[in-house]
Parts: sequence; C-alpha cells; structure tokens
Amino acid sequence: MANINSVDIARLKNGEVNLGTSIMAVQFDGGVVIGADSRTTTGSYIANRVTDKLTHIHDRIYCCRSGSAADTQAVADVVHQHAQVYTAVYGAPPTVSRAAALFEKMCYDNKDQLSAGIIVAGWDKESGGSVYNIPLGGGMFQQPWAIGGSGSTYVYGYCDATYREGWSEQETVEFVKNTLALAMSRDGSSGGCIRMCVITKDKVERHFIPGNELPRFWEGKEIIGSVNKQQVVLA
Amino acid sequence: MTSIGTGYDLSVSTYSPDGRLFQVEYANKAVEAAGVAIGLRCSDGVVLGVERLLHSKLLVKGANRRIASLDEHIGIASAGLLADGKHLSRRGREEAASFRENYNSPVSVQILADRISAYLQAYTCYGSVRPFGLSSIIGGVDKTGPRLFCIEPSGVYYGYRAVASGKGKALAKTELEKVVNKALEAGQEGGITCREAIDEVARIIYLVHDDNKDKDFELEMTWICEESGNKHAPVPEDLLKAAEEKAKAALEEGMEED
Repeated sequence: MANINSVDIARLKNGEVNLGTSIMAVQFDGGVVIGADSRTTTGSYIANRVTDKLTHIHDRIYCCRSGSAADTQAVADVVHQHAQVYTAVYGAPPTVSRAAALFEKMCYDNKDQLSAGIIVAGWDKESGGSVYNIPLGGGMFQQPWAIGGSGSTYVYGYCDATYREGWSEQETVEFVKNTLALAMSRDGSSGGCIRMCVITKDKVERHFIPGNELPRFWEGKEIIGSVNKQQVVLA
Repeated sequence: MTSIGTGYDLSVSTYSPDGRLFQVEYANKAVEAAGVAIGLRCSDGVVLGVERLLHSKLLVKGANRRIASLDEHIGIASAGLLADGKHLSRRGREEAASFRENYNSPVSVQILADRISAYLQAYTCYGSVRPFGLSSIIGGVDKTGPRLFCIEPSGVYYGYRAVASGKGKALAKTELEKVVNKALEAGQEGGITCREAIDEVARIIYLVHDDNKDKDFELEMTWICEESGNKHAPVPEDLLKAAEEKAKAALEEGMEED
C-alpha cells in the first residue's frame, strides 16, 4: 500500500487497458457533480480518447472508474445488477451509501484480483448528495469531495486550497472542470476531453467539454526571460 | 380415510381435499399451548412481553428467556416450541448480520420480518420437514419508526399496532384493542408511550395467566425506545417490578368486583 491513491501499473498485465485517469466527485447542497477525463491507455498508446468513465449504477447513482478498464467495468456491472434487484425486492432504490457498500465489499473481497479505484456518488432521499471514495484496497470513505486516478496526485493541493462548503451547482461544476483540466495538463496518462455529470433530485445532466475548450486559466502569458509589461510601465 | 379430512395430515406437502394443510394447522395448536407473548407498538418505541411458564420450582430465576435480540434495534418474542424459537432467532440474527455485511447499514424491521417469513414458509413445502411450532412477534425501531410484526407457522406475517399469540391470546387481544382504541380516541395516533405500555403489557399478561391450570410464571419484558438508547434491551428491573406490583393490584381489584 505504497500509495493507495495511484494505480499500481505493475499490477496490470502486459497490454491490459488502463484508465490512467483523473476522476472527481464533489458534493453540493442538493446533489453532486462528478467528472472525469476521457483517456484510456495501453502503455503509451491511447486506446480510446473519448472514453466515458462516468458509469450509471442506478437512477441517481453513478460511479467514476479508475484502474483497469476491464476490472472496473465488471465490478460496476455487478453492482448495477445488485441495485436493480434491490429496487425490485425492497420497492425503493438503494441509497448511495448502500450502493457504495456493495462496491466496497466487491473491491475488498477480491482485492488480490482487482486493480480498481472507484468513486461512488449520487443523490438519495435520506442524505441528499453524497460522495464515497473506494480506493485500491477496498476501503470506504465518505467525503465532501474526492479525487482519484493517476492525475489526482497533482491536484490535491489545488483542491485543498480551493474547495469551500456551501457552493452552488454552478460553482461546483466550475471547480470540477478546473481541477480536471489542471490534472490532465500535468498527468501524461490523463487527457482528451472532460465529461461531467450533475446529479440532483430532479435531474441527471451531462456536460461535455471538448479538448480544445479546456480551461487554461492558469497558463501565464509571460515567458521566462521576457520583460514583464507591467514592470516596464511601473518603471 | 373415506371421510373428508382424514389421512391428509401425514405430510405438509399434501393438501386435504378442501385445500388445507393440516400439519400447518397443527403447528398453530403448538402455539396455542404456549405462554402468551405480547407486542405493543408505541409512539416512541416498541414493548415486547411474554408469560414464561415455569414447569419446575428448581429452575434458575430469569433463565430460559423467550425474547431474543436479532440486531441492536430488533427483538423477537416467540410463542410455541422453545427449541424452534431458539433456532429461528439464530436464523434471524444471521439474516440481520448478512444485511449489514452487504449494505453496511442496519436492516429494517419489515425486511427482516420478510426474510424470516420466507424461511418459515419453506418449511410448509416439503414432506421431509415439519413446520415451525411458532408464532413470532418481531418488534423494532428503524428509520421508518417503531414497527411490529407477527409471523405465523404458515409463513404469513402482518404488521400490527398490537398483537398477542399463545395461550389466551383472544383475551389479550381484546385488552390490547382497548388500549389501542383509548389512545386513538385521545388523539394519540402513534399509540401510548413505552413507559405506559410497560404497565399495560404487565397487566394484560397477569390478567391472561390462568392460576388454576398453570404453575408459576415469570414476566419477561423488553423494549426498544429512546430510554434504552434505541436498542433492544430488557426493561429495567425497577420498572418491571413496579409494573408487576400494579398488575397484581389491578388483578386483586378485578377479583373483588367479581
């Protein structure tokens, strides 16, 4: 457990498709915003540049997948099936916490076989919007915001410094978009476009940011060595 | 074998010509022979009580309890064959634990009652087994509030405001109806409080107990309410004692009137 927040590439089989990833979920009053980049790689080859890592589990529950594409798809499929049976048997959709518990159980029980880092997020009647992080070993942690995948390591500081409680939906969407753009710019295994999803009581709304429209707010205009215009004026 | 209804009671997997399962009905007879068990749903929780008949003076006080816990917030009081009750509460605990294992949250009373009833029902389907000689009262407090169910040997279960099973259940039920109706008339939609219910349950069990036919009995009561930390726990000794005294006094009073 050197670093539970990054995917251990050595665990993947040679040639296995990997979601070298930047994923994220943030809670706000009344719902959650989830987001992901769109890159899937096999080694240095981009196997898919428009991947959808935001995976439907139930009407108001989604998960963000990181790690092995095959493993996480299989786990998400099983939990999706559990969620449907749950609804049929108990007559009400599972809560986000119960869906997350199902993920946790699968990931923990099969930890030797899996490389899956999953963030479960959604809305339910009991707790409103909530986010659960299920990192590599199969733990389960409820958090106001969660980031994951190889790209996440580059933006922990940004998230810590930026996140505030009580944001609106719009502010939360901007936070997710900016964080992912930063992660994608530094992480070689993340990139492409940004996919986001807003989940509230009333809607599941998808947002798509193409690769040429990614936020670039942090890119300074000055180049090292050039004269700063403002300094000239002041002088 | 010629008249209707004879020869069809040898197996649970055989219907009688008029569509009855005699073995299941006999199981109900086993329930009727047992000391009464009572459940009362209150505004702030649930109270369970049983009349534990003592077949010997040598038994240790308080031993052989008939009310068990299935989870922190759910209790089961069974009337019928004692050993069947032990087996069923063990099964109930396994179901509650498995729900926790899978969903990382406590099971609701309704879901647990449903699972236990499915287990009982399976024992009415095969020739190789006998149905449980049990009526089980399951009470608990979950996210939806106080809930009370009674599962019969056939596997059917109903939700109740108040319920009784075992010997003298008819009398107990009429008494419970009075308690429930009085609360409704007083505008207490959720019923009386647990504190009040302790006295009522004790009174009814003392009233139902047949001194002539049965030997001694011990009153066993548990509750789930705020006072017990929303956990299934025995009613505190002092409250139980006080309720018993009141019940005895009420009985004396009733005798004098007769």
